[in-house]
Amino acid sequence: MKPRLEVKIAGLKLKNPVMTASGTFGYGDEFADYVDPARLGAVITKTITLHRREGNRPPRISETAAGMLNSIGLQNNGLDDFIKNKLGAYKDPRIKLIVSVGGETNAEYGRIVRELSVFKQVSAFELNISCPNIEYKDKIIAQDERLTREVVKEARRNTRLPLIVKLSPNVDDIAKIARAAQDAGADAVSLINTFLGMAIDVRTRKSILGNITGGLSGPAIKPIALRMVWQVRNSITLPIIGMGGIMTARDALEFIIAGASCVAVGTVNFVDPGASLEIIAGIERYLVEHKFKGINELVGSLNVS
Amino acid sequence: MKCEVLSNVFLKERRLLLDLAVPAGFAAASPGQFLHIRIEDSCDPLLRRPLSIHDYCASGKKNGVVVRVLYEVVGKGTALLSEKKPYSEIDCLGPLGSGFDMEKIAGYKNVYIIAGGMGVAPLFFLVRKIMECKVKSVKCKVAVLLGVKTKNDILREKEFKDLGCQVHIATEDGSKGFKGRVTELLKEKLQPRSIICACGPKPMLAAVSEIARSNNVPAQVSLEEFMGCGLGACLGCVIRTTSGYKRICHDGPVFDSSEIIWKD
Ligand SMILES: Cc1cc2nc3c(=O)[nH]c(=O)nc-3n(C[C@H](O)[C@H](O)[C@H](O)COP(=O)(O)OP(=O)(O)OC[C@H]3O[C@@H](n4cnc5c(N)ncnc54)[C@H](O)[C@@H]3O)c2cc1C
Ligand SMILES: Cc1cc2nc3c(=O)[nH]c(=O)nc-3n(C[C@H](O)[C@H](O)[C@H](O)COP(=O)(O)O)c2cc1C
Ligand code: FES
Repeated sequence: MKPRLEVKIAGLKLKNPVMTASGTFGYGDEFADYVDPARLGAVITKTITLHRREGNRPPRISETAAGMLNSIGLQNNGLDDFIKNKLGAYKDPRIKLIVSVGGETNAEYGRIVRELSVFKQVSAFELNISCPNIEYKDKIIAQDERLTREVVKEARRNTRLPLIVKLSPNVDDIAKIARAAQDAGADAVSLINTFLGMAIDVRTRKSILGNITGGLSGPAIKPIALRMVWQVRNSITLPIIGMGGIMTARDALEFIIAGASCVAVGTVNFVDPGASLEIIAGIERYLVEHKFKGINELVGSLNVS
Repeated sequence: MKCEVLSNVFLKERRLLLDLAVPAGFAAASPGQFLHIRIEDSCDPLLRRPLSIHDYCASGKKNGVVVRVLYEVVGKGTALLSEKKPYSEIDCLGPLGSGFDMEKIAGYKNVYIIAGGMGVAPLFFLVRKIMECKVKSVKCKVAVLLGVKTKNDILREKEFKDLGCQVHIATEDGSKGFKGRVTELLKEKLQPRSIICACGPKPMLAAVSEIARSNNVPAQVSLEEFMGCGLGACLGCVIRTTSGYKRICHDGPVFDSSEIIWKD
């Protein structure tokens, strides 16, 4: 018998536990030659903001040992353009679309989720809270329990669709922020976003990134991401979407065993645009080989004896 | 898609010519497009490397097609690539990007091809295609200006001549041809009612763009930036243009020079 790959998370029914991470898969259409988004658990869009954002000055990417730095700066054309030019493309009802939302104020998050909730193509929201809040001296929301609570509450007031809160690893205690998100009414958490890092060109003594610092992703961050998933799993009851450096089905299984109900794959999409589908197939093979009836049996099954 | 290495040979120190057999299902390439190559199945180097299509032609075998890459060893990825032996396989995405506007070029009598260093890579395929369409037309002139530091860096001079175009050399140290920058040579040679196609370091392309503007001729320039996806999704490879940031991998790598905002 074929093992069950379906997962239920935050009120969503997904075909399998593999999603594409925000910002690494565009809006799905760019990868059309390689991946049919209907075969994925879900597609998480590039973060959209209320107004168009230019993004940071280039260079925006630099490779590091087993990883990469990026400082895209949330370049996107804003909410109205997303509704007009992107949402319409998701005609296939089998596609589970999770819209990643960013903002400079709580009101912006609220307004975006409210306006998008009426579209049947939208299945859920992921709140990208690694954004500075301009009403609080540009403090990063994800680094502050109170700001996290406020933004989640504001989004909660404005939608009945599932809310996933994406946590930043650039904090002293990620479990604390996860609890704040849970208390404020989130339906799930996803972790982790990128680690703040930098790289320098010693010839010019300039930072390689135009923005000086950027976010580190890829296999280099996997052990830390995994530890954080384990930690959060032990502090909250909400389901977890785990990510950070997943390259293979084995990596994905590690996250699931540590406590993630689903995983998201980011940087690997650049290395191999079809990787998400291979990871789904690899998870299925593992379940068969190890005689699991379904993926649910594996979630949080870490043997600590 | 897996491509078999047919040959991978040094032309001059650090510069190699790589021939790949193109598998069925690989879309036809046009000049200015590139391949996004996964050099090793490893985490370091992790990302693919973009390399221009130097030529795309019949292989001699029945229905066989070869895609050719001209590259320089500059770091980890290209060093590993230089070690690939015939019969090994390389994972390539492509052809990617939007290349030279062949229709527009066809409308001009004089075409100036400006190559700065390794910028020669995408221009050979372009010139071969232009010559294919232009041989029959009268009085069309294609001039190739190769700019290098020193005479030993000149690549593909004979091959360009074999295509039937004029080749001019500019060396910075004066060891061959014009002494000075290739853009100075362009200023000397440029005729009205021409079009310029250029690839090379960004400051050179900025200078070409300025020459084009002041002489009121169009220029198409092929740009470079670090790449992530190569597919237009990550917004990692952008260049500032008059209509905001554009993606080099998808909207380019070839742009009309008047569109680019050159200063940082
Ligand atoms: C569209 C496009 C087409 C290209 N075509 C060719 C080609 O036909 N032949 C060729 O030799 N090279 C070409 N390049 C440049 C080539 O991609 C880089 O030289 C290569 O990625 C370097 O990889 P590496 O691992 O050897 O070097 P790394 O170890 O990554 O870096 C070594 C040095 O090369 C520089 N470098 C790395 N990547 C790039 C890049 N994308 N653009 C500019 N500089 C870079 C770095 O700043 C560093 O100083 C092209 C680049 C682009 C964007
Ligand atoms: C180029 C790039 C762009 C990204 N853009 C976003 C974004 O817009 N919003 C967001 O929440 N995360 C963004 N991320 C973070 C990823 O979604 C993911 O959390 C992170 O990269 C870790 O996963 P990975 O190691 O599998 O890439 C981006 C990552 C990369 C590499
Ligand atoms: S490399 Fe990803 S958009 Fe160009």
